[in-house]
Amino acid sequence: MASTPHIAVLGGGSTGSGVARDLAMRGFDVTLVEQGNLTHGTTGRMHGLLHSGGRYAVSDQSSARECIEENRVLRDIAAHCVEETGGLFVKRPEDSEAYFREKLAGCEACGIPAEVLSGREARAMEPHLAEDIDRAIHVPDGAVDPFRLVVANAASAVEHGARVETHSEVTDLLVEDGEVVGVEVEHASGPGLRVHGTEGGREEIRADHVVNATGAWAGQIGDMAGVDIEVRPSKGVMTIMNVRQVDTVINRCRPKGDADIVVPHETTAILGTTDEEVDDPEDYPEEQWEVDMMIDTLSELIPMLEEARTIRSFWGVRPLYEPPDVGSEDPTDITRDFFLLDHDDRDDLPGMTSIVGGKFTTYRMMAEQIADHVCDRFGVEAACRTADVPLPGSEDFDVLRDYMDEFGLQSPIGRRSVERLGSRAEAVLDTDGPNPVVCNCEGVTRAEVQDAIEGSGSDLNAVRIRTRATMGNCQGGFCAHRLAGELEDSYDEPTVREAWDELLQERWKGQRHALWGQQLSQAMLNYALHATTQNRDRDPADADEPVDFAAFDDGPSDAVDGHSGGSADDTGVATDGGRDGD
Amino acid sequence: MAIESEVVVVGGGLAGGFAALAAARGGADVRLLSYKQSTLAQASGLVDVLGYPPDGAASDGDGGPVVDPYAAIPDLPDDHPYRAVGVDGVREAMAVFDEVADRYRGAHTDRNALLPTHGGTVKPTARYPAGAAAGVASDDRDALLVGFERLVDFDAPHAAVHLENAGVPFEVEGATVAFPGDLAADAKVTRYAKLLDEDAPVETRSGGQRRARDALAAAVETHLGGAERVGFPAVLGDDDPGAVRESLESALGVPVFEVPMGPPSLPGLRLEDDLYAALDAAGVSMETGNPVVDYEPDGGADAAGRVASVSIDRNGAKIPFAADQFVLATGGLVGKGVGSDREGVEEPVFDCHVPHAADRYEWFDTDAFGDHPFARFGVPTDGDLRPLDADGDPEFGNLRAAGSVLGGYDFAAEKSGSGVSIATGHAAGAAAAEAVR
Repeated sequence: MASTPHIAVLGGGSTGSGVARDLAMRGFDVTLVEQGNLTHGTTGRMHGLLHSGGRYAVSDQSSARECIEENRVLRDIAAHCVEETGGLFVKRPEDSEAYFREKLAGCEACGIPAEVLSGREARAMEPHLAEDIDRAIHVPDGAVDPFRLVVANAASAVEHGARVETHSEVTDLLVEDGEVVGVEVEHASGPGLRVHGTEGGREEIRADHVVNATGAWAGQIGDMAGVDIEVRPSKGVMTIMNVRQVDTVINRCRPKGDADIVVPHETTAILGTTDEEVDDPEDYPEEQWEVDMMIDTLSELIPMLEEARTIRSFWGVRPLYEPPDVGSEDPTDITRDFFLLDHDDRDDLPGMTSIVGGKFTTYRMMAEQIADHVCDRFGVEAACRTADVPLPGSEDFDVLRDYMDEFGLQSPIGRRSVERLGSRAEAVLDTDGPNPVVCNCEGVTRAEVQDAIEGSGSDLNAVRIRTRATMGNCQGGFCAHRLAGELEDSYDEPTVREAWDELLQERWKGQRHALWGQQLSQAMLNYALHATTQNRDRDPADADEPVDFAAFDDGPSDAVDGHSGGSADDTGVATDGGRDGD
Repeated sequence: MAIESEVVVVGGGLAGGFAALAAARGGADVRLLSYKQSTLAQASGLVDVLGYPPDGAASDGDGGPVVDPYAAIPDLPDDHPYRAVGVDGVREAMAVFDEVADRYRGAHTDRNALLPTHGGTVKPTARYPAGAAAGVASDDRDALLVGFERLVDFDAPHAAVHLENAGVPFEVEGATVAFPGDLAADAKVTRYAKLLDEDAPVETRSGGQRRARDALAAAVETHLGGAERVGFPAVLGDDDPGAVRESLESALGVPVFEVPMGPPSLPGLRLEDDLYAALDAAGVSMETGNPVVDYEPDGGADAAGRVASVSIDRNGAKIPFAADQFVLATGGLVGKGVGSDREGVEEPVFDCHVPHAADRYEWFDTDAFGDHPFARFGVPTDGDLRPLDADGDPEFGNLRAAGSVLGGYDFAAEKSGSGVSIATGHAAGAAAAEAVR
């Protein structure tokens, strides 16, 4: 070949970042573009289940086999993103015994380690399970942090020479002589790191091949070149609890249904989900009944959820796809398999491949197949190494080292920092200056925040997904201004203020769906802290009209000596409180 | 038999405190029942009366800060708590505040002051601690703000440039220094205050020893430049902040002020101390640490007409407190004087009517600083501060409400929280005392 083929990968979710990493490792010149932050679309809005395959062991055994295979790979290459919680498929008395047996047989057939527990044994493992749960199947489900995983994939791609552009929306596909030759993107704040207040601009990115990994947005990309990609977006709600009611993934053992899973994550647990087709992946109703159903239905498995505190809810959109001739009525019937659409073969439009459908757990395998396909196109012979080479943060992953002493961090803050950072812990935490905690709920320190700022510019939401800061109980009420303060070293004040406001709005968005009980109290407290204590809602720096400072009190006449008294007549006032009322 | 008083006040924050004080000074035998620490520790310690008119939405930029809160009160909506008290009632209550909290300033004028906040902007307030007085933003002396490198709540360089962008009429610089002494990276603000209160010896870089206040002044001195005043985060002493400030002022040769902070707020805690000292002095009996969980109606024919007693829960035992008059000052959503679940909003002690939309998705606005109905949740009252039921009749003849448990106003948007608590507390307490005469 004359030169290294240049591949433009569209979409910064798990698939796109996985493809970018794989291609970069195989020697391609790669540019990844993403309209928002990494994980902006579906990947950032899921329950973070690392499938054992048990979920598909009856309905879709080939998917189940892929899941258990990739489950093992990710525990290995992405150890710092995975918590090996294990999972239970629990059966209530009214759930079918036959299905329970089918599930068990399916697991065995697919090579998924599965063990039957009595109701008593299951409750010994998870004491908050309902008294009448009669049986359970234990499987190697886990929890995975999708933010950390995608950031690690993107970081690895960059290490292998890729260019990653976030906040860069694809505005057009460049088609010349019936062939896709690149994309036009609109950088929200200029190329490179996102910096608030920076003027953006259009850029034509010419490429030898375009990989459309935009998930639920794949159809919109197809429209730009006049090809039809029938993605069927299906929404699902997830509700975040403020504590982990369970330490194991809890699935309900029945054929299919809404609100049948609880996934523990760090300090929280996530309840999910629904499956309802929507027209537009950006614009769909987020409704009260969906949240209520999560709580009411999952309380049948874990009764304490009925009275527990939720901290927010969010919705994600699955990029479901089925070949045009199937025509499923119900989105739950649509396969979770993925499809590689070579638009040359399919639509006589060379230069682009789309990837649709699929599951988060098997993102790496999908990426491998797409990269294989691209290699075929260009006659490149390079083996896939993504199943063997650990992601940045998971090389030599050894959380047992006593970083707490080494970096002067208290347990559990040190422990949590090191778990998040994995093998990057030393590089990030070994700072010269003091390293105070910035986010108390999640135990995130200044060093970790500064590391994230280096990686993501002035975007505090990107700092959030890299560190978990603002993602705990208080939802940023106590730490949003601290994060803004951390930007001060690198950015000017209007930029900081814009980033700060954007973070406050984003944190508010999901909390709106949890506004009752303790979280409504928390929301009022946060509102009071931001509006009353800081006057963040009416900041004169944001106002159109300048404040007439001269019209206001300029202090007591003897303010120079503020301690010993204000105006002359109030010095020496009795402090007996005065019993002169009677 | 229930413990008997003439007036029982439920709630120990600003509203409950000023209610109890007014009732005691009105000659009543008063008992104050308070559950947890008041929310004063979560407030900045600034005492606002009215900072913004309630109709100017936050985002539209109009409706700048109110210069004279007293002049703005008559224009408030009819259901605003200030309307029940009236301008004179607010003035009378603030006069009591000024006497109780003699370390506060601002009484020399009706005008609001603009105080720097730890986030870097300014906010209008009616009273401010003497310790913050040299920081008022209408004073044109150039300022230096000093932050501590381990204290993440106040980034002084950021606050300084933010203040300049807010248009303050003075030059302001920010500097970050190491706080003297070996405080842990996540030391509480009370640790900073204690070190300064005690003026404890600390080790200097050269290995010698030096008093904490001197060492702090020395760390700041090199950054002083032409600054005519110096602001610190509000950690300058807990027991004796005046002495700490005086030491720093004499070492630096310029006035020193504190910038109010978020929780835990030392100025808020100091105010609480002053308030409780006044309650002690006024002879108010206090019963703290247990929640009021229930009430008994008067056993007469009109059973729901009056409250006979309230009960606290002490380790599972219900202990009744009987009185002739009651004041409900349990706070709002933050203080849990207003509760909610997925189905609705309630006032948990007396089950007073709290107006709210049936659909909880109508409780909030989609913008973080939008016009949130939840911020107005609380009990409506008549002109005598008696909570009203859904039909507009008083819930009980001998129950009044004060402070954040009142509905119909958004203290966060208006910056009116302390003023409403003090004014309605004072009025409710005085009326209760009047009623037992």
